[in-house]
Amino acid sequence: MIALLLRDLRLAIRAGGGFGLGLAFFLIVVVLVPFGVGPETELLSRIAPGILWVASLLAALLSLDRIFALDYEDGSLALLATSPLPLEGAAMVKALAHWITTGLPLTLAAPALGFLLSLAPEAYAYLLVSLMIGTPALSMIGTFGAALTVGLRRGGLLLSLLVLPLYVPTLIFGAEAVRRGAEGLDPTGALMLMAGITAGSFALLPFATAAVLRINLR
Amino acid sequence: MLTVQNLTCARGGVPVLADVSFAVEAGRTLILRGPNGIGKTTLLRTLAGLQPAIGGEVTFPEDEGAYASHADGIKTALTVTENLSFWADVHGAPLPDGIFETFDLADLRDRLGGTLSAGQKRRLGLARLGVIGRKVLFLDEPTVSLDGFSVKLFADWLQNAHLAAGGIAVIATHIDLGLDAPELDLTPFKAADDAGGGSDEAFL
Amino acid sequence: MSMWEYANPKLFMGWTRPVLPWMFASAGVCLVVGLVWGFFFTPDDFRQGSTVKIIYLHVPSALMAINAWIMMLVASLIWVVRRHHVSALAARAAAPVGVVFTLIALFTGGIWGQPMWGTYWAWDPRLTSFLILFLFYLGYIALWEAIEDPDTAADLTSVLCMVGSVFAILSRYAVLFWNQGLHQGASLSLDKEENISDVFWFPLLVCIAGFVLLFVALVLMRTRTEIRARRIRALEARARRA
Repeated sequence: MIALLLRDLRLAIRAGGGFGLGLAFFLIVVVLVPFGVGPETELLSRIAPGILWVASLLAALLSLDRIFALDYEDGSLALLATSPLPLEGAAMVKALAHWITTGLPLTLAAPALGFLLSLAPEAYAYLLVSLMIGTPALSMIGTFGAALTVGLRRGGLLLSLLVLPLYVPTLIFGAEAVRRGAEGLDPTGALMLMAGITAGSFALLPFATAAVLRINLR
Repeated sequence: MLTVQNLTCARGGVPVLADVSFAVEAGRTLILRGPNGIGKTTLLRTLAGLQPAIGGEVTFPEDEGAYASHADGIKTALTVTENLSFWADVHGAPLPDGIFETFDLADLRDRLGGTLSAGQKRRLGLARLGVIGRKVLFLDEPTVSLDGFSVKLFADWLQNAHLAAGGIAVIATHIDLGLDAPELDLTPFKAADDAGGGSDEAFL
Repeated sequence: MSMWEYANPKLFMGWTRPVLPWMFASAGVCLVVGLVWGFFFTPDDFRQGSTVKIIYLHVPSALMAINAWIMMLVASLIWVVRRHHVSALAARAAAPVGVVFTLIALFTGGIWGQPMWGTYWAWDPRLTSFLILFLFYLGYIALWEAIEDPDTAADLTSVLCMVGSVFAILSRYAVLFWNQGLHQGASLSLDKEENISDVFWFPLLVCIAGFVLLFVALVLMRTRTEIRARRIRALEARARRA
């Protein structure tokens, strides 16, 4: 499993686009919002938690279709399926690799962009924590979606349609936690519920993902 | 020992081969023959467990099967060594000594997968079989895009390393590998047009 | 003979053909009786006036929007466990019907909401949940349409339906957490205290029965169409081989 993780990370770094593209997309979305809603600091500060969460969700979505598509095309997925590595484990490792290459950099970059949107100072810690806890769930759910659409020629658009509704609970709890933090309320409830979704996703979705991959491989 | 009894397999829900039976002893090879579209790839994928059989039984030692097809699973952004050691790690085996020499890859060790020619890629894909240490190999056209010299290299490895150690190989190929191996023509096993068991059966 | 044998496509076609007209007829009778009774022979609500009468469309369609998804979930499970083709095709057939019920519920809700709350749409938990349910339906239908091989499509959509159900429930609770909402409590419940008065209740029951019958009739009809389409596909495949 570690071999697969290292290989995926190495591929993401060498092929380029992994870290950079998602981050650049995140930046652009966040920069575009003030152009759309106007430059008033007060308004931006109020909607900042939601924008940062929606933007990181979209940035995570951007690279989902690459999780399995390349391995499917060059045949490695079939070879992995017949290897001693259980496909469930491979699915989890793939999600983890996706998180390290997109979720983690997004989390680390989010405070800097929060500054652009004049996010309330109290909210920065919660922004970091909520993204740190929540983005793994986005990667795991996205991995499931990627497995569903791996055999399709035009899976990209369908993938978004399938995955975005599944992102709703994570988004709600994540943005809610930051918002409550910004307003000086107690965000632990939202954070705990989001942690629950992340833990549940990693416990159950690898099985669904592996089942779906086997169906798509036959 | 690999035994196949009354195996029926389907492509796209339609039965293509019916009642295939054969046995291969340890240290032996079986060559599959038959015209294009008869179902050689389908049979090999079914044997390797990538797709479910409609009926029949396949028995070989558990966790000893390996499948190789036209797609080699080579990552263009990884070097030859990295490609091979990845599969070695996944299978929990060390890189065997001399594996690069056996497949004439010694000079290419540090080249990226993307810069290899089609034949060199194929040799790398076949070298994977020498790395993973599996006993029962299901090979689909292993010699596509190989030159005569490389075919000889592969046949030598199969004979001297794999089969000599008690391995088994089932190979679908159109060329002569120069192996002393029985051939199985799949034409007689072609499923009848009204063969049962397909996913459409309930609707006909 | 076990009940599962009725799920054989040929038997299914056989027994549904005589049943189908009766289903449509009884659905029509129930809907006409329920709606006419509800619209013209019930008093206006003392607070909501005559706008309350949209309840006879709103509540049954909302109920069926959820029940259609539950039916798809059950059908998907049956397909995964027992691999009955009719079950998979019935799930496929039910999805567009569910979408239409969801849309009816959303639209009638908007029309009802305007005079009551002063707005056609609010991000109320119930309304939002239905919007999310609508998105789930769209994804499910899109996946069915995208995959060519019917068995693969049935397998993948079944898994999506199961995973989607879990996330739909999660979304429901997430949305409740997110906004407390304007929507009144459940119109129907087993707890008598909370129930609406009998004058509205009986015509509403008739309307709900009508919607249920209409749903069953539409799903049966669409399943028959799916079976025929699948049979054509199978026959064409056989003709190409011969």
